[in-house]
Amino acid sequence: MRRVVVSGLGVVSALGTGYAAHSEGLREGRCGIEPVSRFDSERLMVKIAGEAKQFEGEDHFDRSEIALFDRVSQMALVAAAEAFDQSGLEVGEASAPRVATILGSAMGGLTTQDQNYYLVYHEMKNRVHPFIVPRLMNNAPVSQISMKHGLMGPAYVVSTACSSGNHAIGQAFHLVRSGAVDAAVTGGAEAILCFGGMKAWEGLRVMSKDACRPFSKNRNGMVLGEGSAVLILEELEHAKARGAEILAEISGFGMTADAGDIVQPSEAGATRAVRAALSDGAIAADEVGYINAHGTATAMNDRVEASVIRGVLGAHADQVLVSSTKSMHGHAIGAAGALEAVATIMALREGVIPPTVNHEEDDPDIGLDIVPNTARQAKVDAALSNSFAFGGLNAVLAMRRWTGA
Amino acid sequence: MTKDVGQQIIRIIAEQAMVDEAEITADTALDDLGLDSLAMVEVVFGIEETFDISVPYNANDPTESDFELTTVKAVTEAVAKLVDEKGAE
Repeated sequence: MRRVVVSGLGVVSALGTGYAAHSEGLREGRCGIEPVSRFDSERLMVKIAGEAKQFEGEDHFDRSEIALFDRVSQMALVAAAEAFDQSGLEVGEASAPRVATILGSAMGGLTTQDQNYYLVYHEMKNRVHPFIVPRLMNNAPVSQISMKHGLMGPAYVVSTACSSGNHAIGQAFHLVRSGAVDAAVTGGAEAILCFGGMKAWEGLRVMSKDACRPFSKNRNGMVLGEGSAVLILEELEHAKARGAEILAEISGFGMTADAGDIVQPSEAGATRAVRAALSDGAIAADEVGYINAHGTATAMNDRVEASVIRGVLGAHADQVLVSSTKSMHGHAIGAAGALEAVATIMALREGVIPPTVNHEEDDPDIGLDIVPNTARQAKVDAALSNSFAFGGLNAVLAMRRWTGA
Repeated sequence: MTKDVGQQIIRIIAEQAMVDEAEITADTALDDLGLDSLAMVEVVFGIEETFDISVPYNANDPTESDFELTTVKAVTEAVAKLVDEKGAE
């Protein structure tokens, strides 16, 4: 069986632009959630989010490019450029059809939609900018990356709400493992922090007004984030042959549907996904050293997820380290799985477990070591990254530390 | 006023619970109507839109605010209070 490794990473998040800034934030346990600053939040009930405050499209693109790129594409392109730089992967005429581009995004160019609906409905404009459609279409980030880097293999966007990033990485993993392609540019991108986007989420009544406190007894809801993470996946021998630095191995992927409720998570559906990922990756439950949890900080998710972890790992659940990095970068929806894959790779590669910050009170219903507030040193051989989306769509990645063999 | 509020609240709840308004009384417990969390959020939204008020409700912890979503009577009183407060502004 062909093996799949990660040879490049790029990130834009509330913790910073670039892997160095993002991973430093994770190691320091820095919380990037603050009052929103990019638009007027006066009429919002929930006024905090994990904004990528330092990220300005104008710093990276010229005016004609900005006209075509919604913020979601801007962040994806910057993350992809970093991932390519790091991997050193060169794509030429012969190899281009053998490289896939698969990204997750739940809501595409939402800011473009928001701003232009405002113009036509509120300001009664009868004309919009000619590039609204190429900016807002969900596949824009994928198309722009494929064009920029000349990637001519399979390319598409996966849209499964909060699981989009993991589903995208899983699809890319399958394409590389099956032999359909030799490499894939994958991950996720999301930029939903606009007035209409925040209002829509407010409506569900599941957001916290003050902080994201996953697994803490006093947690009171999720906090939105934004950003992009892009991973370069390669077939192992392909990466070795060009002397690439291997960052981690993707060893398994599991995906299931609850076929239950549109918003309530199902323990059975999530459990099947975690088991499927372990089985696909031939990883025994007691080998798992770290789990990057979905950990949204809603009352329901965290309780169900903890129960899933205890159910699958059994007695080993007392040893495994579990954290939710959403506590630091917020819930970046379609980019969440990708940002969290980066945190998982950091844990495997550097032996630093990113913490669950804002932890205030242990919850007896959780009963796991959630690495509260401070990062921890630990050697991890195998790790999982969970995503459980609204709509009951679960996607779990299983990864291994790269030991050189 | 409260009687009228009560009738409107019964209408909102009956619609979400998909039962006849006549089956709901002041003492009916919302839990007994089989309203799930989505329906509760819709009830709150219906109340807010009908009375032009803001109901403090977080689905993560429905008990954290003073707004009682237990019986029709409790909801009616809480809404009447919010409507009064709004009038007093």
